[in-house]
Amino acid sequence: MVRVIGFLVGLLFVAVAGWSLLWGAIAFVSEPPEPTVESRFHEHPRHVSFASDGPFGRFDRAQLQRGFQVYKEVCAACHGLRHVAFRNLADLGYNEAEVRAIADQWAIEVPDIDPDTGEATTRKPLPADHFPDPYANEVAARAANNNALPPDLSLITKAREGGAPYVYSLLTGYQNPPSSLPAENRPGEGLYYNPYFANLNIAMPPPLTADGQVTFADGTNATIDQMARDVTAFLIWTAEPKLENRHRTGVATLIFLLIATLLAYMSYRNIWADMKGRKVRATGPLDPENAAKREAASGEAGIQG
Amino acid sequence: MSFPWAEEYQPKSPFMRWLDQRLPLPRLVFGAVGGGYPVPRNLNYFWNFGVLAGIALTIQLVTGIVLAMHFAPAGTLAFDSVEHIMRNVNQGWLLRYVHANGASFFFIVTYIHIFRGLYYGSYKAPREVVWFLGLVIFLLMMATAFMGYVLPWGQMSFWGAKVITGLFGAIPLVGEPIQQWLLGGFAPDNAALNRFFSLHYLLPFVIVGVVILHIWALHIPGSGNPTGVDVKTAQDTVPFHPYYTAKDGFGLGVFLIAFALVVFFAPNALGHADNYIPANPLSTPAHIVPEWYFWPFYAILRAFTVDFILPAKLWGVIAMFGSILLLFFLPWLDTSPVRSGNYRPTFKWFFWVLVADVLILGYCGGKPAEEPYVMISQIATIYYFAHFLIILPVLSTFERALPLPNSISESVLHGEAAEAAPIGTGATVPAE
Repeated sequence: MVRVIGFLVGLLFVAVAGWSLLWGAIAFVSEPPEPTVESRFHEHPRHVSFASDGPFGRFDRAQLQRGFQVYKEVCAACHGLRHVAFRNLADLGYNEAEVRAIADQWAIEVPDIDPDTGEATTRKPLPADHFPDPYANEVAARAANNNALPPDLSLITKAREGGAPYVYSLLTGYQNPPSSLPAENRPGEGLYYNPYFANLNIAMPPPLTADGQVTFADGTNATIDQMARDVTAFLIWTAEPKLENRHRTGVATLIFLLIATLLAYMSYRNIWADMKGRKVRATGPLDPENAAKREAASGEAGIQG
Repeated sequence: MSFPWAEEYQPKSPFMRWLDQRLPLPRLVFGAVGGGYPVPRNLNYFWNFGVLAGIALTIQLVTGIVLAMHFAPAGTLAFDSVEHIMRNVNQGWLLRYVHANGASFFFIVTYIHIFRGLYYGSYKAPREVVWFLGLVIFLLMMATAFMGYVLPWGQMSFWGAKVITGLFGAIPLVGEPIQQWLLGGFAPDNAALNRFFSLHYLLPFVIVGVVILHIWALHIPGSGNPTGVDVKTAQDTVPFHPYYTAKDGFGLGVFLIAFALVVFFAPNALGHADNYIPANPLSTPAHIVPEWYFWPFYAILRAFTVDFILPAKLWGVIAMFGSILLLFFLPWLDTSPVRSGNYRPTFKWFFWVLVADVLILGYCGGKPAEEPYVMISQIATIYYFAHFLIILPVLSTFERALPLPNSISESVLHGEAAEAAPIGTGATVPAE
């Protein structure tokens, strides 16, 4: 009975799915889907490597400091870093006094309450404060940016498909639209062509426009490519500040697990030794040694050979 | 418990004897996973995955309980509290990555465990109830995993919750009230997040309860084995401890190595980038996809694109739930007396086609709902239902099985004799 009902239900599902397939196939043949303009002009992130890549990857502290400088002087005007606190900058190699000075000299103040009057006010950030948002709220951010919302950058290298290479490619990917680009896909007012951006036209003006836009404290030549690399490395750190800890713990854990698994395998083989030893040789049933084992096993198992 | 030759528990110390007389807990453990549980001696590595699933569940419980100490289930706080765990809680990044990837690995081992059961006929008499309880665990796992993915309150959390609860909205007449009742509102918000957190904490303990029943039901007939032949004599079995504890120890090591590689070196590979963007009800992601372990079912859901008496969406929902519920009828759909696929030459082929079919469904489920993926998932959906409801019942009636070994010991110790015999002349012992 179950089988008859099951058979009928099966036929029903097959028929209904087949019906959908039929209509889908007809539509596919009569109007083959055309690749969208976005998919034709969109480019995948370019390959770029960082010191933090790979299982043994570590941050390059000098690069992170340069990247932070790019963030501070270029990105911070529009983009927040709300999950990161000034005190976290100690991870970049800054000492306590330097962190205090960075917080104290930060261009944006943090909201506070006046201790005497209780009125809303602002004060200079302390190392314990998180990076203050550049705009009071989303409406203010959109009003100042042609109705586009500059995303918070704390997690940006994890929050985009393609990760850090995508961020690097986007920063260096601004270009004039190709002449073959259809008119309706050309950047409109306040938009900029960037083939690494999903819909090709991004509201962010090119942030890195000229070599030497930032003067690096360590004397590194600040080409656009260098600045993009450095700020991307910095954003890898803001998204995953415990990355080095994770890599170190991972390598140690794997060494432990490999040894433990080897020991577990040896103890497994040891315990099963008396069982495995009776496996017949690959020479065949007429091999006298196999025949002897077979007889012994049959007798033991109580089976008439 | 299961066989007359099972070793009886002998307390080794006066304290254990004292305890055993008052609360026979040591006796229970000894009979369940100790020397008192005789297990077929010929189990292969696919029999490791039940224990691995139990370990994965334990990992999820332990890390989840600690994470709950730092998580704030409120729409305005949830996302930030997860980042707080990642940045400020001691080893919080490790806890969260283990928990998030632990869910994936729990599903990986469970899927292998289920397919093991499908190949070796583990659902057949006398283990039907073991199979049912396993399916109940699977359904509870899916509910728990879905609600857990909502908790970080990222974009995929929010929109996934919206799409999945929207499935209930496809039910005629009562659909929309049910959806609102599930969410506690018209869209996912604080009410939904709070109840999902509460249930996400509750259901794993329900799973533990059903796992205990699953193991209990297993211990009545005892474990199956790759030949599908019943245990006949004491020579067919070895005590669970130390033989299979040792083998499971090795299996656990391999599992943990694979797990550690992902947790430490690719912790976000199985997740979705959009979930690092805070939930925003006003901005729909370009492609809403569930976690990878739901992809095969998501593909079945989306395969129904044309109305046919009922709306297409309702067909998709019925088919998606039906694709799991039909597994409950498997013991009566596959009536072949031979359990193991090793001795079913035709079944074996269809089994591997099914494995490929589910992988294809999974691949299409992770892709956007565009051609050709929709057509491929429609073909794969047709095969999925046809396999269980049409092919298996017919096959099990007409298929001629290969001769079975007389006993497990024979297959292990001198199987080449039976293999050398011409097909049909070897003694065939039906599984019944």
